Amino acid sequence: MSAREFAQQLKTRFGELISEPAEFRAEITVQLSDAGRIAEICQFAKKEMGFDFLVDITSIDNYGSDPRWTLAYHLYGYGHHCRLRIKTEVSEEKSEMPTVTGVWRTADWHEREIYDMMGIRFQGHPDLRRILMWEGYPYFPLRKDFPLAGRPTELPEVAFTRTAPQEGGPFVTRPGGRDSTVREPRAHELESDDPADRGRAERI
Amino acid sequence: MFIAMVSDRACATAMQTTTEIGYDSKVEGDVVHTRLDAAINWFRKNSLWPMPMGLACCAIELMAAGASRFDISRFGSEVMRFSPRQSDVMIVAGTVTYKMATAVKRIYDQMAEPKWVIAMGACASTGGMYRSYSVLQGVDTIVPVDVYVSGCPPRPEALLDALIKMQGKVAREPFMALQKRVA
Repeated sequence: MSAREFAQQLKTRFGELISEPAEFRAEITVQLSDAGRIAEICQFAKKEMGFDFLVDITSIDNYGSDPRWTLAYHLYGYGHHCRLRIKTEVSEEKSEMPTVTGVWRTADWHEREIYDMMGIRFQGHPDLRRILMWEGYPYFPLRKDFPLAGRPTELPEVAFTRTAPQEGGPFVTRPGGRDSTVREPRAHELESDDPADRGRAERI
Repeated sequence: MFIAMVSDRACATAMQTTTEIGYDSKVEGDVVHTRLDAAINWFRKNSLWPMPMGLACCAIELMAAGASRFDISRFGSEVMRFSPRQSDVMIVAGTVTYKMATAVKRIYDQMAEPKWVIAMGACASTGGMYRSYSVLQGVDTIVPVDVYVSGCPPRPEALLDALIKMQGKVAREPFMALQKRVA
């Protein structure tokens, strides 16, 4: 069976909860309308459809649109070698999801990372605490309203953070240049139309 | 201040002077006259045992420097002492995150005097390419660094060059002048 057929089987079983499978570059994605039923969907996917490996759970911050959080569950089956992506949405007021650690134990650390970086809690998680930052760190760093440079914090005997100096900001290359000379972030600053960029070379 | 030290017979030629030190070179072998500072600095610089604080990719190049092709033990760093109590120089090789910073500082505090630090690589020197919320922007914000090595990662030869500069720094250390003097 192909991934599209698995997605159709999921849709047949759960009806209105699952959207039509979308395809992009040979990857099949289905949208789940009720995030609270994720554990049931995943249990079915693992037991009945043979998706026995949870590749990853990722979270996306749709800053400015509601619902704010999108979660993507990436599934794979060692038996049939098919991949499936299940996406759900959670609003910021709720910021909670049921855990899928009952289905795959590996979801433990993926959900801890999402909690650490985005602040989405998981009900029923055996050990929901921060995994990359330390306990007591007050912010959720991968939210879009958190600056890359960080904010100063102080937790005596545990850790501290300071704002990192940016020296002109994150330098982003221009994509698709013929070689690294044209892709270089600061190679084109004198050509910029923005008046604020004039004299940037002297300002450095 | 003089100290008489016994050296091996290979340095025989310079030692046939008639200095009044009440000593018979034919009986007792050859002697080098030197200062205490110089002697002890020579001992220390030729046996700098590193404490490898290998945190990230630079640790691989540190291991390469310790392996047979770029042999770090040629320079006296015979053993990578993973115990801070038994080492002289801490080589911070890799990205120091804020989470790890307290551990690095604690290990540095446990080292016995005299101690030195080599910051290996861009991340340990300045935070490297990681100008972010989680990376300490240079280990010199928490420990005093003696030699910085640039590179991402620096080649093992660059680390050995840093070790040679470190040896030069140890050789110039005026530690006798810093000792307490009795009246």
